[in-house]
Amino acid sequence: MAAPSAAPRRLTGRSGGLPDRLFRSASGLAAIGVTLLIIAIGVMLALNSTEAFGKFGLGFITNTVWDPVAEVFGALPYIVGTLLSSAIALVIAAPIGILTAIFLAELAPRRLSIPLTFLIELLAAIPSVVFGLWGVFVLSPFLGSTVDPFLIRILGWIPIFAGPSYGIGLFSAGIILAIMVLPTIVAISREVISSVPDSQREAMAALGATRWEIVRRAVLPFARSGIIGAVILGLGRALGETMAVTMVIGNAQDLPTSIFDQSQTIASKIATTFNEASIGIQTSSLIALGFILLVITIGLNVLARLLVRRVTAGERRT
Amino acid sequence: MITPVTKRLVVLGLLAAVGATACSGAATPSPSSAAPSVTAPSDAASSGAPASAPASAVTAPAPASASLTLQGAGATFPAPLYQTWFEAFNGKYSNIQIDYQANGSGAGIKAITEGTVDFGASDAAMKDDEIAKLPAGSKIVHIPTALGAVVIIFNLPGVTDLNLDAANVAGIYLGTIKKWNDPAIAANNGGATLPDKDILVVHRSDGSGTTNAFTTYLDTVSPDWHSKVGKGKEVNWPTGVGAQGNDGVAGGVKQTEGAVGYVELNYATTASLTSAKLKNADGQFVAGSTDGVTAAAEAAASGFPADFRQAPIINGAGATTYPIASYTYLLAYLDQKDADKGKTFVAFAYWALTDGQATETSLGYAPLPAAIQQKSIDELHTFTSGGSPIWP
Amino acid sequence: MTTLAPVMDRSIASRLVRSKADQRRARTDRMMRGFSLAAAIACVIPLAAVIIFVTINGLGGLNLDLLTKPPRALGTGGGAASAILGSLQMIPLATLVAVPVGVLGAVYVAEFSGRRSADAIRFAADVLVGIPSILVGIFVFTFLVLPFKQFNAFAGSMALALLMVPVIMRTTEEILRLVPGTLREASLALGIPMWRTVLSVVLRTGLTGILTGVMLAVARAFGETAPLLFTALGSRLVNVGDFAKPMDALPIFIYVNARQPYPVLNQQAWGAALLLLIVVLTINILVRARSWGRRAA
Repeated sequence: MAAPSAAPRRLTGRSGGLPDRLFRSASGLAAIGVTLLIIAIGVMLALNSTEAFGKFGLGFITNTVWDPVAEVFGALPYIVGTLLSSAIALVIAAPIGILTAIFLAELAPRRLSIPLTFLIELLAAIPSVVFGLWGVFVLSPFLGSTVDPFLIRILGWIPIFAGPSYGIGLFSAGIILAIMVLPTIVAISREVISSVPDSQREAMAALGATRWEIVRRAVLPFARSGIIGAVILGLGRALGETMAVTMVIGNAQDLPTSIFDQSQTIASKIATTFNEASIGIQTSSLIALGFILLVITIGLNVLARLLVRRVTAGERRT
Repeated sequence: MITPVTKRLVVLGLLAAVGATACSGAATPSPSSAAPSVTAPSDAASSGAPASAPASAVTAPAPASASLTLQGAGATFPAPLYQTWFEAFNGKYSNIQIDYQANGSGAGIKAITEGTVDFGASDAAMKDDEIAKLPAGSKIVHIPTALGAVVIIFNLPGVTDLNLDAANVAGIYLGTIKKWNDPAIAANNGGATLPDKDILVVHRSDGSGTTNAFTTYLDTVSPDWHSKVGKGKEVNWPTGVGAQGNDGVAGGVKQTEGAVGYVELNYATTASLTSAKLKNADGQFVAGSTDGVTAAAEAAASGFPADFRQAPIINGAGATTYPIASYTYLLAYLDQKDADKGKTFVAFAYWALTDGQATETSLGYAPLPAAIQQKSIDELHTFTSGGSPIWP
Repeated sequence: MTTLAPVMDRSIASRLVRSKADQRRARTDRMMRGFSLAAAIACVIPLAAVIIFVTINGLGGLNLDLLTKPPRALGTGGGAASAILGSLQMIPLATLVAVPVGVLGAVYVAEFSGRRSADAIRFAADVLVGIPSILVGIFVFTFLVLPFKQFNAFAGSMALALLMVPVIMRTTEEILRLVPGTLREASLALGIPMWRTVLSVVLRTGLTGILTGVMLAVARAFGETAPLLFTALGSRLVNVGDFAKPMDALPIFIYVNARQPYPVLNQQAWGAALLLLIVVLTINILVRARSWGRRAA
């Protein structure tokens, strides 16, 4: 999302007859199609979840049992798994990402910021399944044998950090998610920080502030809502991430009680169960899970972009 | 640096790739370049295996002569065996390819019920309520192809021998036995010191015939399990993590120290995983083996039901019998919609029931007892297509 | 990136008498610079870790067998031929569908629409980019798989196309806005109709940038797994040209073989991952390096 440049004047030119009208209609169709696509996806998911919501009502969201034999389905373990893994990801990625964005936008010399930005963009290009493979064979064993026991030793008295850890689980998934959302948070925060007008910085500099003080007192307050938007976009990405999470989160059905537990997220549950779910209430319940995910993701997306827009649009006005 | 020339070459390349795919026709069967690693025995009679080709008065049914791909889906229990069979069959009839999705017995039953595949595969015979869901007027035939043992695999570095009795297994899977050095386990192992490690229970997350066999065992031997959990392709597991497919469980156990799981014998041996010896009805600790399963099946052969829906054979009598043995079935509609596909399926099923049996032992599966084999071959004659028999 | 000169030039500062408060502020400044540098380095470490491990583990598996043989039973060998051929077929088809739709949509937003609808469409495209790809998979499953009761590669291609369209549309639109209005005016003044102006003048001017967007979308499609799970499904057989049947793809191959207990198959998963990484990173590096070069100049 580059900072919007001034839009060229709309030129209609001569009405060139049929070819022009066709062209205009075709392009309009494409644009409308893209816009309607989200609505179509939302409607389709909603329609197909009515069976599940009809049978279980809102209790679907609070029920913890997923029993295909008794045909009773509840979404809570997967919602909690999704939220917990994303929370772990954000707790790690948000501070690192924001600091990195500040570094790249404000503090780094040009010859350092260009290659670093390039490398971070490359991180975003790595496919999810490759992260998953690396996570299963490299990261999870490493975490399970070194980091996790260490954390359990110091923090294990707090229930949410209780062991044991087998490597795979919520914590591994959270770490991989953190790596995957970092580029998003860095890129958008950077854009937001860059769009803070120079006048603010110059004013602080004239007062004799240090570099960090300029950032802290002039740039960040101005960019704050945009940075929050960037973090929310990262959250949105983490919530929907499927493959890497499915491969390292462990596939357990119960409500997790510790970050080292195995769990499932909504996305990983759908990925592993959809193809063999029997058509009827089970498939409808899976689609209902998807619908919940869609609502949360779109809601966060819209909120985040509004926040970001508020900061970057402001640049045009000053 | 990307010059305009390079750019044009990239665009041309993309267009060429698109053009090439658009021009190529229907799916061409891949030429069987390398010979299958397990040679399909051309004369099963010389193998000396207990179940070899019956009297030569029978003329084997032939598959369709056109290029054909059969689509199957289902159990992971026999998947290694079936994959080997499909390659061998393709070696014999190069125009026939068989694609098999190993996504669990539950998915196999679902797929054949909905008609999205040509045949299904399941270790758990279809239940009455599953049969009721079939399209009106249609009938599914169960064809047993092999027997397998469900073994308990574990990952404990340094431990190669482990004896477990029924109460141990039930306790582990109920979550009452949490550590490997639990006295109940040690008691069966001559007081050997087992590591002080937490047990990570791995079970199946998908609808599984292997689960059906394993939980039938637990249901039979443990009143606690019977009242709390029960048996079936899917159950409400009291503890543990789920993995997809036999391969998922094997992989999960292999990658995690302290883990325990249940898989078909083949997965334990080919993945180099240690399995425990289970105490059988006779009080002997036996390792999973094809002989142990054959013994169980022979003993139960007389009670084999007429509709072929045989439950897993638990705690069969005999000193060398292995306590958890299960048949595995191919599922197909009695009346085949597509005559060519029906013909091919019957031909494959016949091959599997005769030539295929000889390859089973080396792969960790037990061949069918002679009586069951004959019954199954007889069953093949009942297949029809559009009313007329396929193999009269 | 601001062009402000450093506030406290060290040579000057060292010659000034600094109060305790100034020293504290300078310390905080240095500390926060250090933290943010560390954060930036922390971002790059995972990139290095993934590339290094995939290369080390994958080199052994990336051999001729992997590239030319289909999967074999029992982990006795074989390779990823079915997956590679599958990806090489589904992605061009997806691109063929996504590029016209994405570019046309961008043309509409950049050339024809009013301010309000442009904002709305742009917003919708941005939100679409953020939709979890697995939900797109369910969507395509309902329309292209369920009615035919058959998993097929065409549905897989369409799912990939749906993921590519918003990306292509957004990047193309940004490029089109950079094309100066004078070019359009000149073309129209010469009597060239609007549609011709857009195609021959505006799009051609922005062609490099548009191609960049397309290549980035292609790179993303190469790595997508989730939407293919319910559409193309994957297959052990080599499928060339039959889009009405299931087809394998490189990411599916990696996913399936990662969880197998056979070391030979795990090795193949690493090899395939290395192949995928090479393809994706090469596209990204070539495309971004060029635009970075232009930006730095």
